[in-house]
Amino acid sequence: MSELRIHLEFSGGAELLVGKTKHHDIALPHQPHPWSLRQLIAWIRDNLLKERAELFVTGESVRPGILVLVNSTDWELLGQLDYTLQPNDHVIFISTLHGG
Amino acid sequence: MPVECTLCHQRPAVLKRPKTSQAACKECFFQAVETEVHQTIVTHGLFTRGDVVAIGASGGKDSTVLAYLMKTLNERHDYGLDLFLLSIDEGITGYRDDSLETVRRNERQYGIPLKILSYQDLYGWTMDRIVATIGRRNNCTFCGVFRRQALDRGAAMLGVDKIVTGHNADDIAETVLMNILRGDVARLRRCTAITTSSEGAIPRSKPFKYTYEKEIVMYAYFKKLDYFSTECVYSPNAYRGHARTYLKDLERIRPSTIIDIIHSGDSLAVKGDVKMPVQGTCSRCGYISSQILCKACVLLEGLNRGLPRVGIGKATGGNMSAIVKKYGLREEEEEEKGEDGRRHHGGGEGEGMERRKGEMGGCGSCTCDSKKRTCRDPSTLLDVTRPDRPEF
Repeated sequence: MSELRIHLEFSGGAELLVGKTKHHDIALPHQPHPWSLRQLIAWIRDNLLKERAELFVTGESVRPGILVLVNSTDWELLGQLDYTLQPNDHVIFISTLHGG
Repeated sequence: MPVECTLCHQRPAVLKRPKTSQAACKECFFQAVETEVHQTIVTHGLFTRGDVVAIGASGGKDSTVLAYLMKTLNERHDYGLDLFLLSIDEGITGYRDDSLETVRRNERQYGIPLKILSYQDLYGWTMDRIVATIGRRNNCTFCGVFRRQALDRGAAMLGVDKIVTGHNADDIAETVLMNILRGDVARLRRCTAITTSSEGAIPRSKPFKYTYEKEIVMYAYFKKLDYFSTECVYSPNAYRGHARTYLKDLERIRPSTIIDIIHSGDSLAVKGDVKMPVQGTCSRCGYISSQILCKACVLLEGLNRGLPRVGIGKATGGNMSAIVKKYGLREEEEEEKGEDGRRHHGGGEGEGMERRKGEMGGCGSCTCDSKKRTCRDPSTLLDVTRPDRPEF
């Protein structure tokens, strides 16, 4: 089995936590079970967050105030943490916690 | 398996509305937000035909969406308003550069004229210079106090009829919490008012009082509106940050929390025997103040006399109280407790705190905007007639 390639986007200030880069093409390693958003957030915490992980992750989820969209749909309509990632999914994290 | 829009039952839903839990498609969502803001404007009579309206613009999400919606609704419903963007530049190198660039793009994109006023224009000091003078420990006190007045002072200089700011429902709920936590009953009583105005002041209103932050951000995202977000380079993660985190935690559990807190703020009555500060006006600049001098004038006086720590709540030790007495620098009660939060909406449009209503008239010889013909002490204040002042 091959790895799972998806596209991540960070905006609204969330990009400041991942090296100030908005777009990240990533490949998640193969695992026996499908990748969930829950596991993706843990993966981001361990692999992408350059600083202050607590500003992005709270427990096993994103910090309240960070919006998540998968393929331009609110994750609240998709089962949130339990959503199963598909190849080429476009996952966006938008911080509402930063000022202008 | 896409969820169907619960409003039109045709298109796939793209988001869950926090206020109503409805699943909405993009088109129905736009329609809902625009209609609700229009209803807010009409119900509360925020504007009168012919008004010149300054939109406090920071380049951030709230004010960008506000500018877009004000333009859209003004055209769609023929409000007959003369809109422009008013931005405040605190003079923090690197902080406003990018956001002001965003505001300049908004000016072109929306065809709304832009005026930028700096702390240098309004107060004679940039934040960078203030930080160089006082260090980083208390700079947020200065920035917050100055920002609170900046939009009012700027709007008075420009002669507008109304000011609108992008404060959203989350901001207002947060301010209610903050005022409860601080025991600030006077502010608690007025902080949910959709329009603040007192005699002689330019009315300032919040068309997004009932609009959730999530919906503003989603609106900007789906409309592909161009906004800028950053953290102030000087700001500490302060008290307000905790209130915000608490609120967001509650919202996740029960999204109506936000609107419920606003409802609580709107509905509460203060007992008759609670002593309230008597609101007067600053003897120097005419801004509303419970003391002889408003906080901004005390801080400015300190800066201009080379005693920058006057007025930052540390004036008790040493001979500071004597200095305060000597110069007649009666401090106004500490308003911001020296903590200005991590978030700067900037552009004067928001720390979320209720600002005191400005008493603006404009003495014409300085930035004090005093109703009096001349200021009491013009020597310490900025001469706005100097050539580098932006021309309007």
